[in-house]
Amino acid sequence: MRDKINIGYGQGFWGDSILGPVRLVKEGPLDYLALDYLAEVTMSIMQKLKGRNPNAGYATDFVQMLDRTLPDIHEKGIKVIANAGGVNPDACLEAVLELARKKGIKGLKVGVIDGDDILTRIPELAQNGHAMKNMDDGRPLSGIQDKLLSANAYIGAFAVADCLAAGAQIVIAGRVTDPALVGGPMIHEFGWTPEDYDKLAASTVAGHIAECGAQCTGGNYTRWRDVKDFVRIGYPVIEAQADGQFVVTKHDGTGGLLTRDTVVSQLLYEMGDPENYLGPDCAADFTSAKVEEIGPNRVQISGVKGGAPTDTYKISLSYQNGYKAVGQLTVAGPDALEKARLCADIVWGRLAFDGCEFSEDEKMVEFVGAGMTHAGILESDNPPEVVLRIGVKSDNKAKVNRFGSEIVPLVTSGPPGVTGFAGGRPKATDIVGYWPALLDKTQVQTRVRVEES
Amino acid sequence: MAKVKLSEFAMARSGDKGDGSNVGIFVTSDADFEVIKRELTVERVKQHFSKICFGEITRYEAPNMLALNFLLRDSLGGGGSESLKTDAQGKTHGLGLLEMEVER
Repeated sequence: MRDKINIGYGQGFWGDSILGPVRLVKEGPLDYLALDYLAEVTMSIMQKLKGRNPNAGYATDFVQMLDRTLPDIHEKGIKVIANAGGVNPDACLEAVLELARKKGIKGLKVGVIDGDDILTRIPELAQNGHAMKNMDDGRPLSGIQDKLLSANAYIGAFAVADCLAAGAQIVIAGRVTDPALVGGPMIHEFGWTPEDYDKLAASTVAGHIAECGAQCTGGNYTRWRDVKDFVRIGYPVIEAQADGQFVVTKHDGTGGLLTRDTVVSQLLYEMGDPENYLGPDCAADFTSAKVEEIGPNRVQISGVKGGAPTDTYKISLSYQNGYKAVGQLTVAGPDALEKARLCADIVWGRLAFDGCEFSEDEKMVEFVGAGMTHAGILESDNPPEVVLRIGVKSDNKAKVNRFGSEIVPLVTSGPPGVTGFAGGRPKATDIVGYWPALLDKTQVQTRVRVEES
Repeated sequence: MAKVKLSEFAMARSGDKGDGSNVGIFVTSDADFEVIKRELTVERVKQHFSKICFGEITRYEAPNMLALNFLLRDSLGGGGSESLKTDAQGKTHGLGLLEMEVER
């Protein structure tokens, strides 16, 4: 058992830069590389892909990343933890083993964690009295049960530790929580138990700081002019200790900025009640963390307190919730905003003239460039040009497509200076609704399996 | 005391929480923490975001970070995945709050 480990966090979401993990592996000391690929909406996309192809439904970015890094990872003995399995961890495992074989790497141990995907079990669970009401508004599941696209439980760090204990160098998980990707290695290396609530809470805080990659090292930082070298921005490395204390740092020579202020910025990201941050393994009190800058690019976190978790897992369901389309046109000045408003009125007017009406809730109009992100706070009433962004949502797909056909005609039948219709006619696409709920922990069993190349 | 913009002495970060957003704001001195605790009442924040947030606002304090955290319900035009708005995740709401003028 070690008393200190370095965990790098290389990818904050599906679509994040491949340079994060590639450089973390090459540019400095690393024991573990954690990567997050799953957002709520990602699971439904993956279920759709799997429906069309039984070998799809995982984060293919992960395999592309390994294609560039696997020789280094193998040589340096870096362990990799990723929730790249999506809704098909087994297919992801096969793809990684195949890649290892292609690269002539023998004896690479790849593990999977499954049990989080409960989509096919929802009818049985509902029948057995598990309500799975919407956590945000209390709606009953029955209203959307026939429209479900995905259903997953947020698994904790102990499943990750189990997979490491089974010998895996590469751990492929489905819907584990983002903080569990760094908590798992700590539990495995330091021998923490499920009752070590303060330490588990510290790992949750560490995971929360690192889970968006460069968002704690200068990315999306208010005082962005202080950030040096965005091009080579360093990704976070957690130097974890067995007692739960840790340092957030980044590799020497990398760009970006890592200070008390960049770390506090990220601690506040997507925060609810800071005294009671609920996860599958503990309840963490973020107000107990002592945040200290102890050197250049080194921020230490200590004193984190935690409590027992609840008896339920948070589960995340997604469902088909109608259709949407959004289109845009650029309107040049003079009088850009006034003309853009007229354009929007023309679209609604022509649709109504043809018997196609939308309620106020179904319509969306934005004037990009006139201050729409800061409505009521920082607006301009006469910008030199604006982009008209106009959209609708409806359960009626044909109506949504009818809307899409009335945007481009404005170029020749509206006020002057309307251009930028690249992208053409917007088509109806699915709206994916998100349904957070709770499920008794006894109903979810995780399993780990390790295979060798 | 003088009227100053929050952006002159505070920093912020925001993101989505269901059909709403969270706006975390923090400062770097105890004196300024007293300023934001006094000035950033739920009522003032609600008024500031009157064309963005249409639901209830909750305020939390995190003295260890010299921070306040606001939850803005119904501020995304539907949930993060259902909204048609450009900023469906509320990522700009932090900068929006920093535009507020307060007595300091």
